[in-house]
Amino acid sequence: MQGAVREHERVLTALGAKASLVRRRADLEGLDGLVLPGGESTTIGMLLEEYGISEILRQGDLPVFGTCAGMILMAKEIEGSDQPRLGLMEIAVRRNAFGRQRESFEEEIVAPAVSPRPLHAVFIRAPYVVSAGREVEVLGKVDDKIVLCRQGRMLAGAFHPELTDDDRVHRYFLEQVVGKGA
Amino acid sequence: MERELGTFRVKAGLAEMLKGGVIMDVTKPEEAVIAERAGAVAVMALERVPSDIRAAGGVARMADPQIVRDIMDAVTIPVMAKARIGHFVEAQILESLGVDYIDESEVLTPADEQYHIDKTKFRVPFVCGARNLGEALRRIAEGAAMIRTKGEPGTGNVVEAVRHARTVNTDIRRVVAAPEDELPTIAKELGAPLDLVREVHDLGRLPVVNFSAGGIATPADAALMMQLGIDGIFVGSGVFKSANPEATAAAIVRATTHYQDPEVLAEVSTGLGEAMRGIEISRISPQDRMQERGW
Repeated sequence: MQGAVREHERVLTALGAKASLVRRRADLEGLDGLVLPGGESTTIGMLLEEYGISEILRQGDLPVFGTCAGMILMAKEIEGSDQPRLGLMEIAVRRNAFGRQRESFEEEIVAPAVSPRPLHAVFIRAPYVVSAGREVEVLGKVDDKIVLCRQGRMLAGAFHPELTDDDRVHRYFLEQVVGKGA
Repeated sequence: MERELGTFRVKAGLAEMLKGGVIMDVTKPEEAVIAERAGAVAVMALERVPSDIRAAGGVARMADPQIVRDIMDAVTIPVMAKARIGHFVEAQILESLGVDYIDESEVLTPADEQYHIDKTKFRVPFVCGARNLGEALRRIAEGAAMIRTKGEPGTGNVVEAVRHARTVNTDIRRVVAAPEDELPTIAKELGAPLDLVREVHDLGRLPVVNFSAGGIATPADAALMMQLGIDGIFVGSGVFKSANPEATAAAIVRATTHYQDPEVLAEVSTGLGEAMRGIEISRISPQDRMQERGW
């Protein structure tokens, strides 16, 4: 729709999944899972709403993996904002929480449920989770802030695994969340 | 691994996040809010839009820092700002303000006729204009993390934007089709570093995101550029010089997303009122063409 679509497509395809692009409601048919890419959450949120995609996703049947802007859209609460959202997870997020672009960074983070070895994480004007409900499983933190978490079929990350050669988070989504062997 | 700030990956990565989106020129906070509500992925903070710069004449410089700050405070989306070509001190000032991207732009009057800014010295990423592949790769070699084809700013005439997009595409096809042993000579002809020419040969595209700028005034213009294979759109004077900025901004955003869907394009193009008044390129004398600035 908008954002780092091509990069996610590359990782998913390399893992043996069949990726297709979703712009309108009809594009959702036959999917096993959906990736909400990084981009601008205000833009993507508006477009999801207008073309009838939000409505279907809010039913909560389709597994969703959101990165960065995607994580923001999956949150029930967005600090200081009334922008459109899906509200799929019991989390409150802070936008641009690590600062502006000047403060964007790369770092390794520990996420034992995803992999025994640290993940290489790229944070770009990234959000983090300020508070999470009891149903939410925290998978990874940086600076003691939640940056990777899961609630049932929903997976959300503040960073961009699609910008690296590290495919472990996508693999986790396909194998553990969607439930299809990669 | 220690935390690393301002790596090329986070610089080029922000541009990746803007793909499929529209970046709009704004001159005040109220316009920035209109752009954000319409779905812009970023705004360019300016003192004057290009068509007014063209009309005013004289030397065009970086905007007053207060304008940039006010716009940064008004919106949550990324804010870009322009520095003059080669004016690394304007760039230092913009970096200190915390803008998210700096446009080393031919819309402003160049400060150096020989050297562009050494963009590797900054933590904030840069976008630069280009008319062909050689120019794009020279800017990337200097550290640009995003390219935009130049078009002819402030004209509301898409013809130069199309010319530059097609030229870059043609140049890339030539590099991709060439056997390895011809790449050094092609690099020499393009005036571009050989390692970057090899990267284009392997990737089949530019190594960074490439937007279109300079003359896009309607939703159809935006979709045209997207169908020509461009990653996203800069709209300068096209929004706030139109009869109905809110509607025009929203329509250009939707056209950029649904660029392959003529039904949506017809719907969003309907009833927008008058687009900005355009200029025939042949009526601008060569020395007044902004695209000729930079090299």
